[in-house]
Amino acid sequence: MTLRLGVMKSIPLRAKHEALGASFTDFGGWEMPVRYSSDLAEHHAVRENAGLFDISHMGEIFVEGKDAGAFLDYALVGAASEISIGRAKYSLICNQAGGIIDDLIVYRLGQNAYLIVTNASNREAVAASLEERSSSFDVVVTDASDEWALLAIQGPSSVGILSKITSAPLSELKYYAISEAMVCGVSCLLARTGYTGEDGFEIYIPVESAAKVFDEIIRAGSDQGLLPTGLACRDTLRLEAGMPLYGHEMNINVNPYQAGFGKVVRLDKPGEFIGKRALIEFSETNPEKVLVGIVGQGRRAARADYEVFVEGSDSAIGVVTSGALSPTLGFPVAMAYLGADFAQIDTPISVDIRGAKTPFTVVKLPFYKRTNKTKRTNSA
Amino acid sequence: MINREGLHYTKEHEWLSIDGDIATVGITEYAAEKLGDIVFVDLPKVGSSTTYMKICGEIESTKSVGELYAPVDGEIVEVNDVVSGNPELVNHDPFGAGWLIKIRFTELPSLLTHAEYAALTGEG
Repeated sequence: MTLRLGVMKSIPLRAKHEALGASFTDFGGWEMPVRYSSDLAEHHAVRENAGLFDISHMGEIFVEGKDAGAFLDYALVGAASEISIGRAKYSLICNQAGGIIDDLIVYRLGQNAYLIVTNASNREAVAASLEERSSSFDVVVTDASDEWALLAIQGPSSVGILSKITSAPLSELKYYAISEAMVCGVSCLLARTGYTGEDGFEIYIPVESAAKVFDEIIRAGSDQGLLPTGLACRDTLRLEAGMPLYGHEMNINVNPYQAGFGKVVRLDKPGEFIGKRALIEFSETNPEKVLVGIVGQGRRAARADYEVFVEGSDSAIGVVTSGALSPTLGFPVAMAYLGADFAQIDTPISVDIRGAKTPFTVVKLPFYKRTNKTKRTNSA
Repeated sequence: MINREGLHYTKEHEWLSIDGDIATVGITEYAAEKLGDIVFVDLPKVGSSTTYMKICGEIESTKSVGELYAPVDGEIVEVNDVVSGNPELVNHDPFGAGWLIKIRFTELPSLLTHAEYAALTGEG
């Protein structure tokens, strides 16, 4: 196993974040901005206006060659060959036992070209798995993570802000679509994806031009309520939107059916794929534990690793994977793995919050869903 | 405006303002900043007793939970109810309106001076 010996990697724009007042945290071995001023202000900025995240720690792996589609159909659980050019799909890479190695976004850039975006902490594992699985295919797998910066502008004002610095037809770029675009004179890959539950864009930028694009977005958003936003609010935003975080809701011992992503597994696609046999079995049996959303009252959050019990009993039924006092909703929300018998909507349960059994209720995910609220640019 | 240099401090990032046998206690700006936005404060009941370095309350931010350690042996004589309803006061004014509890103490343990605390946190 690889030991990182406490050396954290720096993202390319670290000094810029420091100048903006960021405090930093270790995330997946990377020193990342956790907040600039206030988690809550940054959270609300994304829900109401816009936020700019630097998520350059994420991995970018390109898969190119004659067999690219067929190879990804074999290596991942989804049907990459069915993705239209210029569109994206959420997918998973599993091991032979059906455990999740990582969750991914798969963008189809061309007939024989794909971009796979991985979590920072799993970049090496994904790159190694893809390399290993590619031996009998005519493809080239390239981990280009160090050459690409990734900025995410998220929130209802994103379209208005971005339209000031690109002539790309943003209204034609659909949700989960990607296109080459010039952004303030820099050739980028522009995708309408995100991890906040809001409309927004992820911009893949050659590292050497990242500072320019970052500055231009900050400037373009300065009169639109845009804030630089850190990982603290990114976590509460994705939690409200019911989106899983690898290492919390997913790990190598969790299969897609437990995590609620059975639909991402395309058992119906032709041919073999890694994990197929195990996944068929999982699909035919009800999982013992399933991922659910739970909500509480008051202001006390159920947090990761807190134990869940049958209401008013000492009988343990599961564990919380992520939780916080929801900044948007004002009450505690959490995701938890519970015994299947307790996973029905409206089931009352108890969470042990540092010794106090506290009532929660199972609810449908997500906790928060945006209404259509794209904002027009304020004219200057 | 409270004179921070005249306060006592603990390694657990509490400050104490001593007036006779009453210690007013809060958390330092350094601690409040480390916690992030504070969204919930759980304080002990008036009349309950405190034991030196035993947990007597909790301060929760969106990201984490901080424990409030009793900096002295004694009895809680007042808690800041305004902070319970407006926990953000601990971020905005940790040495003033964001004070947490008042304890009638029997004996003052060895505490840090401002200079010692500043050295501990690496901040002035």
